[in-house]
Amino acid sequence: MGDKTMTTTEVGRSLPRLEARQKVTGRANYTHNLKLPGMVHAKVFRSTVPHGKILSIDTAEAASYPGVAAVVTGKDILDVVPEPYYGPAFHDQPILALNKVRYVGEPVAVVLADDPRIAAEAVELIDAVYEELPAVYDETEAMTSDAVVHDELKPAGTFPDLKHLNGRKDTNIALDFHLKQGHADAAFASAAHVFAHSFQTQQTMHTPMEPIISLAEPSGDRLIIHTASQSPSFVRSEVARLLGWSENRVQVKVGHLGGGFGAKLYIKLEALVAALALLCRRPVRLSLSMEEQFYTISKHASTFHIKSAVDKDGRITARKCEVLWNGGAYADIGPRVTQKSGFTATGPYDIAAADIDSYALYTNRPPAGALRGFGIPQLVWAYESHTDLIARELGMDPVEFRRRNILKDGRPHVTGTVMKDAAIDAVLETLAERMRWSEPFDRGEGTVKRGRGVAIGFKACVSPTTSVATVTVAADGSVTLHHATVDMGQGSDTAMAQIVAEVLGVRTEEIRVVDPDTDVTPYDMATLGSRSTFHMGNAVRKAAEHARTQLDDMAKSLGMAETAAGRVKEVFRRTYGMQAGTVVGVGTYIPEYVSPNEDGLSDNVTPFWMIGGTGVEVEVDTETGRTKLLKMVNAADLGTALNPRIVETQLSGAAIMQLGFTVSEEMILDGGQVTNASLADYKIPGIKDIPPVIENCIVDAHTETGPFGAKGVGESATFGVSPAVAEAIQDACGVRLTRLPMTAEAIFHALHGDKK
Amino acid sequence: MTKKPIKFVLNGREVQAFVSPDDSVVDLLRELDHFGARESCGQGLCGCCTVLIDGVSVTGCLELALLLDGKRINTVEGLDADGQLSAVQQAFIDTGAFQCGFCTPGFILMIEQLLDENPDPTDDEARDYLSGNLCRCAAYPEILSAVRNAAMKRKTAQGADA
Ligand code: FES
Ligand code: FES
Repeated sequence: MGDKTMTTTEVGRSLPRLEARQKVTGRANYTHNLKLPGMVHAKVFRSTVPHGKILSIDTAEAASYPGVAAVVTGKDILDVVPEPYYGPAFHDQPILALNKVRYVGEPVAVVLADDPRIAAEAVELIDAVYEELPAVYDETEAMTSDAVVHDELKPAGTFPDLKHLNGRKDTNIALDFHLKQGHADAAFASAAHVFAHSFQTQQTMHTPMEPIISLAEPSGDRLIIHTASQSPSFVRSEVARLLGWSENRVQVKVGHLGGGFGAKLYIKLEALVAALALLCRRPVRLSLSMEEQFYTISKHASTFHIKSAVDKDGRITARKCEVLWNGGAYADIGPRVTQKSGFTATGPYDIAAADIDSYALYTNRPPAGALRGFGIPQLVWAYESHTDLIARELGMDPVEFRRRNILKDGRPHVTGTVMKDAAIDAVLETLAERMRWSEPFDRGEGTVKRGRGVAIGFKACVSPTTSVATVTVAADGSVTLHHATVDMGQGSDTAMAQIVAEVLGVRTEEIRVVDPDTDVTPYDMATLGSRSTFHMGNAVRKAAEHARTQLDDMAKSLGMAETAAGRVKEVFRRTYGMQAGTVVGVGTYIPEYVSPNEDGLSDNVTPFWMIGGTGVEVEVDTETGRTKLLKMVNAADLGTALNPRIVETQLSGAAIMQLGFTVSEEMILDGGQVTNASLADYKIPGIKDIPPVIENCIVDAHTETGPFGAKGVGESATFGVSPAVAEAIQDACGVRLTRLPMTAEAIFHALHGDKK
Repeated sequence: MTKKPIKFVLNGREVQAFVSPDDSVVDLLRELDHFGARESCGQGLCGCCTVLIDGVSVTGCLELALLLDGKRINTVEGLDADGQLSAVQQAFIDTGAFQCGFCTPGFILMIEQLLDENPDPTDDEARDYLSGNLCRCAAYPEILSAVRNAAMKRKTAQGADA
């Protein structure tokens, strides 16, 4: 057992992931691998119209197709789930479409068969007839459109930070968030300069390599759901609510995830497989194809109008932000994106007065939810592009302009929350140094020009949320950790085990981490928004400390030493007369938080801030528009790293993913239909797309309230990528792009005029 | 559909199986509880389903299982048959060349083949060779380190054998 005051040996060690061997031998336990005795395979029949009334669904031919076990429509679902609407913010999404469809690709019916290929063939035999309704796709049009996606909205009331939701009747606004700090209008009236710009982002998809998958199996009067989910506790409570059951009748089991990035949050397929399993009384497996993932969840397209008042010394005195989030047909967690991200829309700058208006909008597109950054990359794209454009117009160096306005610890953010443990300036300075910003820069020659840019961003953590963990010490001294943080590749199992090992003075490799299973692992809000290291990390630390205290007390009452350190086995043996007994330590963590008031202000709006930034050097071929990244530097404040090597992989992985959203990825829609729902036409970064030089820097920092000084990191390196590339392109060839993605084609047209 | 019997050698072991004409190699491997080759894109675009058939890498999601008759097939599960990780597998662990691990078996098999053909590839050669494999976690920089690291490990092992 460890001593409280010793310097850390397990925390801060770059050991490989605990499951490394299983992963390199192909034996990691993905839900994808699971086969259940007697299971049937489900295949979804999807809407072909963007918005319409369902007039009829003809399933007769499919039902009589040889090998088909059953065909199920929305009406059949009502037999087991009378109120079949789910969602974390609004109960707006039906398990299968009822009466109406709201986007192309929406699930309308399901075929069940022993052979997945039979199910797929039979789906082709289903025929649905719709009466088409006017549709709306664009977020700006959705603000005023007569096409209304939802006639009625039922707030879920699940999460305390979304309790106030009510939505508005007869509009497409799911949530509007407003912040008012100081007197922005007055500041604009007296400003030396006023700058206004608008920026847009496109709809994109997570494309985890393990496609979204769930299985459900009836078991007596219970249901077991095996699912590749980032939120097992939510799945349990939401499925229990839908079925009208107590939570302990629903067991949710999760293995390792083959990537998540926000795609596998809340309810995706779980409610559907649960209903199907109850209807056909057999285990049901539903695994989406890569194509179907694009019809399931995506990242918000957005439009951001931003306006700044600047004084004669280059200080920003006020900022106005209007952000429109294209949430697609169902709100998913969009309202939280709108609010939690919305209030950071003015950027990591010291600004006295601000007005923010942020709107979550329904449209007839595939739903949008959380994708690595929870809306922050969309905001940083706009406010940092705006920052660079202001610096250009003022004739100031962009790094210098940022320095002059940067938000420092001890100063209030526009919400009123005083900044703490937020190393924004350290991130900027690290970038400037690693980019050799003050040194002369080779601008290329001939038609190939070179340029560079840096950008920084920050994010508040979703709050208030709860994590619970237990640490069990067996009579032989071996240790087991139960917690429901889902390891989707970020290395959470390893990091949490390191915390336990540190507290109990054992080797991390000896700790057994139990996979999330709601029958045995306690509640956790979800694995999202880079919250786990901080929230679950604190809960795990408390649980380990609780176990240690109990062991120490046992040692003391035996008249042994003050601590049980190094003698756990003996403590158990002498307490119980043999190798027997168990010590269970429990830890619960919920941070303090103050809900924003009616002006969107709060003096404690987040338990911690994540800070990230990126610098890039690019080369633009001005004849073709082709851009090559030569160098990328990512810097982040993640507190004190628990496992520096895993953290670095997280930084470069996040930045490269965002690079895809910056230069190539875009879901292209035609009449509401995604026309490129395949990795053939939707281009994610491959090994040849990464810059030859990538540097990842962990700035020297410590988060006082974090476990051993740590905080979240999974998203931080996404923040700065897009605006840094936009600035570098302008620096190289003089054109400024204000819409993502910045493809070669877009740059070419900007350079040489519009399409012929 | 009528199933046909086939015989093949899976990771050094003789196997007989009955397969449908439309079973893919990945389908068949799942039947045999081999999950290392896995379907992701299902279109030959990502390499998650990579296997070696008679020593040549093949995308298992598109290859028909029937064509395995009389062939040798190697999957990631066979690489540590003697209980020892291969140099490439060990290099992946030592350089941290994966996050979620879903793409990892595909990359590992491709790199085994690359190093068999070219024991000392440059980074550019490795990039070219691996351009058909996708990793959404984007562990690409670490995968390139793993190639270098594995090349070295193999050389050292050969030196020790000689
Ligand atoms: S699953 Fe075979 S190449 Fe993607
Ligand atoms: S490690 Fe996750 S896809 Fe490659």
